[in-house]
Parts: sequence; structure tokens; C-alpha cells
Amino acid sequence: MARVVITGAGTINPIGGDVPSTFAAMREGRCGIGPLDIPDVERLAIQIGGQIKGYAETDHFNRQQIALYDRFTQFTLLAARQAVGQSGLKFSGALADQSGVIFGTSGGGLNTQDENYRAVYEEGKNRVHPFIVPKLMNNAAASHVSMEWNLRGPTFTVATACASSNHAMGQAFNMIRCGMTKVMVTGGSEAMLCFGGIKAWEGLRVMSKDGCRPFSATRNGMVQGEGAGVFVFEDYDHARARGADILCEVIGFAMTSDASDIVMPSKQGAARAIAGAVRDAGVPLDAVGYINAHGTGTAANDKTECAAVADVFGAHADKLMISSTKSMHGHLIGGTGAVELLACIMALRDGVIAPTIGYEEPDPECALDVVPNVARDATIDVALSNAFAFGGLNAVIALRRFA
Amino acid sequence: MTTDDRIIAIIAEQAMLEPGDVTLDASLADLGIDSLGLVECIFAIEEGFDITVPFNANDPSASDFDISSVGAIIAAVKQLQADQAG
Repeated sequence: MARVVITGAGTINPIGGDVPSTFAAMREGRCGIGPLDIPDVERLAIQIGGQIKGYAETDHFNRQQIALYDRFTQFTLLAARQAVGQSGLKFSGALADQSGVIFGTSGGGLNTQDENYRAVYEEGKNRVHPFIVPKLMNNAAASHVSMEWNLRGPTFTVATACASSNHAMGQAFNMIRCGMTKVMVTGGSEAMLCFGGIKAWEGLRVMSKDGCRPFSATRNGMVQGEGAGVFVFEDYDHARARGADILCEVIGFAMTSDASDIVMPSKQGAARAIAGAVRDAGVPLDAVGYINAHGTGTAANDKTECAAVADVFGAHADKLMISSTKSMHGHLIGGTGAVELLACIMALRDGVIAPTIGYEEPDPECALDVVPNVARDATIDVALSNAFAFGGLNAVIALRRFA
Repeated sequence: MTTDDRIIAIIAEQAMLEPGDVTLDASLADLGIDSLGLVECIFAIEEGFDITVPFNANDPSASDFDISSVGAIIAAVKQLQADQAG
């Protein structure tokens, strides 16, 4: 089986417009959650989110592009530009045919849907722009990235709610590993901070009105964020032959289904995914030094996740570090695993563990080292990134430091 | 229908029971209503009575809205109606 490495990374998210600024924010434990600035916010019960402030689409794209690029596609393209740029890859000939794109998103072009439903239902218009369908479709981002960089191999979009990005990156990893492709541009994106997007979440009664405090006894729900994370996954021999700078190695992936409840998480389903990723990586359990938690800040997720980690790792659970960066950037839903993979890369490459900020009070049901409030220096060999979706779908990725 | 009967009807529908089988001292769990069913009950109450119920599924006990039994829910709805009237 081929080894798989990461040779490029890009992002735009509530705490940074690129990877260096995101790492700096994670090191400082900076919070990107604040009051939402969207139309009709006064009619929402939940008025906070991890919104990308100061973002103007016209700074990055021309009028023709904006007619086709929903906000989630725009975020993806900006992040992909950074990632592909960092990799130094140019796609032509056989390499283009052996390279593809797999992204995760949950809502896809939700802003486009929201705006156009508003136009036809609220404003009574009988006509919409001709490109609404290609703009809102969930695969728009993957298709535009494939067109922009001439990636002509397997290209599609995965939608598994909060696990979308991890499922996407897992497919990309396995395609390279089995020799099907040489390079995959992968990750995910979400832009759900519109009136309809938040109103729908509000109904579930799991959102916090005042902040995301994962693992803290005072947590009272999740906070939505937006943005994208994009990575270049590359066959190791291919990367080495061209002298690429390798950020880290992808060594394992596992996915499971709880097959039990549509919203309540299951310890067993999460544990099977975590243990499966470590087993797939072929490393001992005690090699894992850091876990980027799913850590949504809901009562149910955080205690279930901690119990799953304790079950899988036994005594080693008390030695490893587990943090939730959602406390800083919010829950990016289908894009969340991609932005959170950055925290794993920072841990492995820079030896800095991103903190769980907003931590106020220990919860006996979350009694692990959650790296409260302040980043920590540590040398880590193996990191995991957890994602557990509504629908009971779990996906965990394992990364290793590349020395 | 009285307020009591309307609330019992909402809960009975979620529990897939006859209203006569819903007693005031029963908890929603006693009636087989899970967390999603509870959220649906609250939504139906808000829609039916045009009130806003302060409820966060992360910490049901933290709000003033007492959901410990059918009777408690009826009392809480009446209180909210009084508070939110006009």
C-alpha cells in the first residue's frame, strides 16, 4: 500500500484567513465567536456564531464568478488556492488524470437557497437568476476546484453532516493508499450562517446563546461557525521524488455507524471508530498523544466522547491530550473536520497543542486532559481527529509526525 | 378544550397514547417520550399557545420551565401564558 502525506494546507475560518494566522490564533486561544451580522438576526433566538468578519466576496472574485460561487464555494476556492500553492504542484498530463477532489459539506449552497427562497416566497418574485442550481449544488465547490486546477480524476462531494470532511478526507486517503490516484485535493467547507440555516438549528434546542465551552461543566450547547479547510494529500513516493515539503503523514482512517439514534451519540459507535483508526494506522494505542475532539459543547456529545476515549485507551486516556478547537471557531458542520485537522498538523509539526478555551469548571463526566484555556508545548508522534455526525455516523483520521 | 386538555392532547400524540391514559403525575419518560419527542412537544406547545418556552436540551433543569411531570408542564405553560400575555 502507498504511504500518503500532506503537502499543502489552506483555510479561511473565523480565527484566520490562512494557515499561519489560524495557527497563531490557536496558539493564543483566540475566540472567533461573536454577535452574528446577518439579515433578520433580530428574529433569531440564537444570535452568536463563528462568522468570518470583514469578508467581502468582491475582494476575491469577479461578478461572473460570484454568479456561480456560493459562499461555501468561495471559501473552498480561497483555501484550495493556498493549499495547492503550498504544494507547488501543477496538474497536467497523466498527473492530472490521476488526481481528484473530494470535499465534505452539509448544507452546500445554503445561502443561495436562503436568498432565493426569500426572493420567491417573501418578496413574491417570479424569476430567479439562471445559475441558482449550479450555484447551490453540494458538488459545486469540488467541481470548481477541479476546473481551476485541472484535476481530472475522481471528484465528488460527501455529505454526512458533521462528519462530512472527515469522511471526504478518509476517501481521499484510501484512494491514494490503494494506488487509484496520486494526488487528492480534499477537506471541506460550510457556510450555514444565514437566517434559515440558524433557524433550523435553533429548533433542535441544542444551541448555546452565549458561547461554546466544550467539556466545561458550564457548557450549554454548540455554536455554529463557517469556513473551509483544504489539503493536498499526495502519494509519498511522488512527493519525495519531487522534493516536496511534507507537513505530516496520514496513517489511518476508520468509519462506523451507530445504527441506533438519529441525533443522540453512542459511546460504542464513537469508540469503534477511534479504535479502528488506530488499528488501521498500525500504531500502538499509547503512541497517540493528541486527539482533536469532536467536542461540540453539547451535554450529550462531550460526555459520550470522553467515555469513548476512556474506553478505547484505558489508562493511557489520562496521559493523552484532547482539546476542542470548536471553542474558538465554532462548529463548521460539514467543514469542521477539515479546519480541525489543522490543529493536529500544528501539534505534530510545531509541537503546539491548541487549547479548549472557554473552560470554566471541571465536569466529572469529562475528566480527561482537555488542555483548558492555554495552549501547551508538547512533542507528539500520532494525532487523531474525531468527527461524530447526526445520523450516528463517525469518522476518525490518524496522522503521524513526519520526521 | 381547556388548556389542560390541549396540553395533554399534545403529549398524548407524541406518546402515541389516548389522552385518557396520560396522567398528571406521569413524567414524559414514563410515557415513553424521548429527547426528540420532548423537543417536539415543546414546539407544539409554543405553536398551539403562541408562547416562547425557554428550554435548552443541554440542560433541561436550568430553565424555569419545569418538565418533570405532565402536571408541571401544564402549570409552567399557564405561568408563561400569564407572563407573556399582551
